Amino acid sequence: MAVVTGAAGAAGPTGAAARDLAAARGRRRSRVAYLFLAPWILGVLGLTLGPMLASLYLSFTDYRLSGAPSWVGLANYQRMFTDDPRYWSSVWVTAKYVLLSVPLQLAFALAIAVFLDRGVRGLAIYRSVYYLPSLLGSSVAVAVLWRRLFSSDGLVVDVAGWVGIQMSGGWISDPERALDTLLVLNVWTFGSPMVIFLAGLRQIPDELVEAAKVDGAGAVQRFFRVVFPLLTPVVFFNLILQMIGAFQAFTPAYIVSAGTGGPADSTLFYTLYLFQSGFQAFDMGYASAMAWGLFVVIGAFTALNFAASRYWVHYGD
Amino acid sequence: MATRTALRRPAPRRAVAWLTGQGWKHLLLIAFGFVMLYPLVWMFTQSFTPNDAVMGRAGEGGFTLDNYLDGWSALGISFGRFMANSFLVAALSIVGNLVSCTLAAYAFARLEFRFRGPMFALMLATIMLPFHVTVVPQYIVFHQLGLIDTYVPLILPKFLAVESFFVFLMVQFIRGLPRTLDDAAALDGAGQLRTFWSVILPLCLPAIAVTAVFTFIWTWNDFFTPLLYLTSPDKYTAVIGLSTFQDATGLTNYGALFAMSVVTLLPVFAVFLIAQKALTRGIATTGLK
Repeated sequence: MAVVTGAAGAAGPTGAAARDLAAARGRRRSRVAYLFLAPWILGVLGLTLGPMLASLYLSFTDYRLSGAPSWVGLANYQRMFTDDPRYWSSVWVTAKYVLLSVPLQLAFALAIAVFLDRGVRGLAIYRSVYYLPSLLGSSVAVAVLWRRLFSSDGLVVDVAGWVGIQMSGGWISDPERALDTLLVLNVWTFGSPMVIFLAGLRQIPDELVEAAKVDGAGAVQRFFRVVFPLLTPVVFFNLILQMIGAFQAFTPAYIVSAGTGGPADSTLFYTLYLFQSGFQAFDMGYASAMAWGLFVVIGAFTALNFAASRYWVHYGD
Repeated sequence: MATRTALRRPAPRRAVAWLTGQGWKHLLLIAFGFVMLYPLVWMFTQSFTPNDAVMGRAGEGGFTLDNYLDGWSALGISFGRFMANSFLVAALSIVGNLVSCTLAAYAFARLEFRFRGPMFALMLATIMLPFHVTVVPQYIVFHQLGLIDTYVPLILPKFLAVESFFVFLMVQFIRGLPRTLDDAAALDGAGQLRTFWSVILPLCLPAIAVTAVFTFIWTWNDFFTPLLYLTSPDKYTAVIGLSTFQDATGLTNYGALFAMSVVTLLPVFAVFLIAQKALTRGIATTGLK
């Protein structure tokens, strides 16, 4: 750019005129770029930033969709934190779900990926087969299937019976067990982090693993001393992605509990309670406050993860 | 591994050699794959099993198509209607995402403009944003515009590049294309729009395929948005139809419920079979899903 203006300066116009010319060209360029960006800019302003501000405002109001929002200060937040046991049970259910299902799912994904990584023929076929559940896992049909699988006359109780485990009734109707069915469902969809792990494993040079082998490191040692440290950026990436996804899980809980979060609120995910508050009770102010609560928690968890990542994630030099 | 050694060796020892070599891995992986897919297989076989047969073991109790016939018309509105609605929404969503995301991505990857850095950061940040923070006001706005129970709230966001993963995916892809192409086009007198349309876009086909495939599967499976915005049954998408079906008849007619579940999964499964490569490449590079 500097070269171009220099050449233009030599050809005649004074330095100031050249600068003007460059500025005009810059503006024209910007204009073209903004044309390309117009849909995205409209979307960000109208469907993301605007609504975010609106929902922040609404979270301080009482608004029932009819009439105008009336300012209530911190009342919604106060109700959330001190006056609503269902809110806390939804927090608890979601926390259990995120803290149990994500590590389990990632452990599965990593174990299978490592198993598949080197020298298994037909890798593409296994990868596809194991990946398929991830694609269907959030669908209504699979949630319907899950509900049936874990019901009192469902397949899971049957299979447990064949191998000699007697279960009293199904998991779906048992408040102690209902959430477990959703954990199993999430672990079942380990295929997508697995594919990312496989891509990460492929980046690790064979020589490093071979060198460790020559040095007499066993398989376990090779994994923990060589492979895993090199893979930590991918582990971290998967962790962030799956965690954010788990915080927002909705469909399986909705379908399995027929929209109630039952039995006894044992599957009342945060998002499900938000949906009930906002779009069934039409308590828009309260739902907005809940949405901001979720936003802050996800942001805090992500930030915490990034801070902690300094101690265990190793990026190559 | 000449045939002569194979001939000399007795069969059992060959089997042992296979097992101690790669074989045990394959046996494990196949067994595990079977466990993974069994729920889906079970649903599939149940959908062809007469409803009065004992539930449970796959393949027992005969074969019937009645579940599909019953389920297709059980709700008073043909399930075909729901499927058509889903296809319409998915098709328009694909068009929307492709148009808006490629345009934005081209600007981010190739053009210079003020606030490019901050805007790019904003685009990345929106990928992480839980949609719950925006959904309440969006609902209110669509409500006030009288657009509840239309497809506008489902489709408009796609035309405005709200799914920024795809913008990001495409930016990364375009950055990988050689700049000399653009320069050559500029020398030939092509403007930005022309460079975008005739030089960059044709080279972006792999990224476009990934975007189209994922947009299809996500909108097809999306439950929350249509649940929120669609109220009249004749506008329901297939997954909403299925959930209504579960509430209405599911407790008595599992065969038909599973039949319609299979029907809603079939398009996703078909796309999976056709586009496996694009799918795995897509998640490997961006972690889409």
